[in-house]
Amino acid sequence: MPSVSMKVNGSEVSADVDARTLLVEYLRSDLGLTGTHVGCDTSQCGACVVHVDGKAVKSCTLLAVQAEGAEVTTIEGMAANGDLHPMQEAFREHHGLQCGFCTPGMIMAATDMVARHGKDLDEATIRRELEGNLCRCTGYHNIVKAIAAAAKAMG
Amino acid sequence: MYEFTYHRPATVDEAIALLKSADDGKLLAGGHTLLPTMKQRLASPSDLIDLGGALATGIDVSNGCVTIGAGTCHADVATSSDVANAIPALAKLASMIGDPHVRNKGTIGGSIANNDPAADYPAACLGLGATIVTSAREIEADDFFTGMFDTALGDDEVITSVRFPVPAKAGYSKFPNPASRYAMVGVFVSSAKGGIRVAVTGAGPCVFRQGDMEAALEGDFASSAIAGVTQADGDLNSDIHASAEYRAHLVGVMARRAVDQATG
Ligand SMILES: Cc1cc2nc3c(=O)[nH]c(=O)nc-3n(C[C@H](O)[C@H](O)[C@H](O)COP(=O)(O)OP(=O)(O)OC[C@H]3O[C@@H](n4cnc5c(N)ncnc54)[C@H](O)[C@@H]3O)c2cc1C
Ligand code: FES
Ligand code: FES
Repeated sequence: MPSVSMKVNGSEVSADVDARTLLVEYLRSDLGLTGTHVGCDTSQCGACVVHVDGKAVKSCTLLAVQAEGAEVTTIEGMAANGDLHPMQEAFREHHGLQCGFCTPGMIMAATDMVARHGKDLDEATIRRELEGNLCRCTGYHNIVKAIAAAAKAMG
Repeated sequence: MYEFTYHRPATVDEAIALLKSADDGKLLAGGHTLLPTMKQRLASPSDLIDLGGALATGIDVSNGCVTIGAGTCHADVATSSDVANAIPALAKLASMIGDPHVRNKGTIGGSIANNDPAADYPAACLGLGATIVTSAREIEADDFFTGMFDTALGDDEVITSVRFPVPAKAGYSKFPNPASRYAMVGVFVSSAKGGIRVAVTGAGPCVFRQGDMEAALEGDFASSAIAGVTQADGDLNSDIHASAEYRAHLVGVMARRAVDQATG
């Protein structure tokens, strides 16, 4: 079995894994980080989005061994010292979630979006940028509001 | 997904040696086509050869050409100011592939090697008269895309870069499938010293050049020049997303929009 080492939420981790282990399976089953969700497993829904070396990727469409040496951030790595990340706070404040299943992927996609576009995110940009994240509950309106508000707070 | 042996070669030569010695080896680039296919058990390679550490990434603009390393992800092409200055339609095309997360992983080499009938990059290659540079040779786009999911690549051949000549004008217009965002129909047009090119993706089993439109645009590079040119629907795809007749109609609409973009 190949061995893999990476940094997850700031901690060094390593393991011997079956080569076909997906990054999301490694995070959830080996590391117990079950905040990252699997919605579709067919690369469509974005529930599994994490950051690998600072970029949002679908962890259901990446082998764990492909993240060798990478820095991975999951939803568990967003809050600092018990304080919610501004994006998490904005989703809470603006009612950007109902069942919450899509939320970890939404938060990781949204923080990546703000990192690339800065604080002046307009609604059209946010909606276009959310093409890879599906929500079956909210109808997106409050997600869009939450991201716009968080972008301002983070800027 | 079935079991496989994973390799991570440091060079393209090593990757080719691994391909040759494997029972049924496959190259892995961004994995955004291959891994979903393996999950569905439609592919079950004995060996997976990860090009992540071996392929060139990056963009070079010189001598009238934009050269893109095969391992360059779509997001890097979409946001490159060099590409935006030289061939804005190419940057725009890359920005319309899938979604942000797909663009962070999928590569130009993988997209072209796969030659999905609805993929975007094949239209840019054919529409600009690109040269596909491989570990063994250089292949003109006109000779590269040979059929549905089929290319001129040999068994142990690796794409290393793609070279696009900078045209005078170019445009790309795509009608995305609303669910997958692949092209229902996409048309890339360009006007350059070598002539006019109109390349159509999504409509047929393989990307193709629309000769009637090229001829009509030769004397007058304006959308009005192709207003009366129709696309025959005989060889086009028909599926739950769109009939051949509808796709044929879209070829005309997308071509006119692409020309307007190129001249606008
Ligand atoms: C949700 C989703 C939406 C998408 N939407 C679009 C879209 O709108 N438009 C579009 O064009 N595409 C779309 N794609 C496909 C995406 O662009 C893929 O990333 C791309 O087609 C394949 O590139 P890859 O680097 O991921 O290749 P891989 O999946 O790693 O490989 C694909 C094939 O190419 C071979 N290969 C890879 N690199 C090389 C090389 N250098 N030399 C020789 N052979 C090689 C592999 O062996 C394999 O057979 C989408 C994908 C997903 C998951
Ligand atoms: S679980 Fe990865 S995209 Fe849906
Ligand atoms: S809140 Fe339920 S899927 Fe988005």
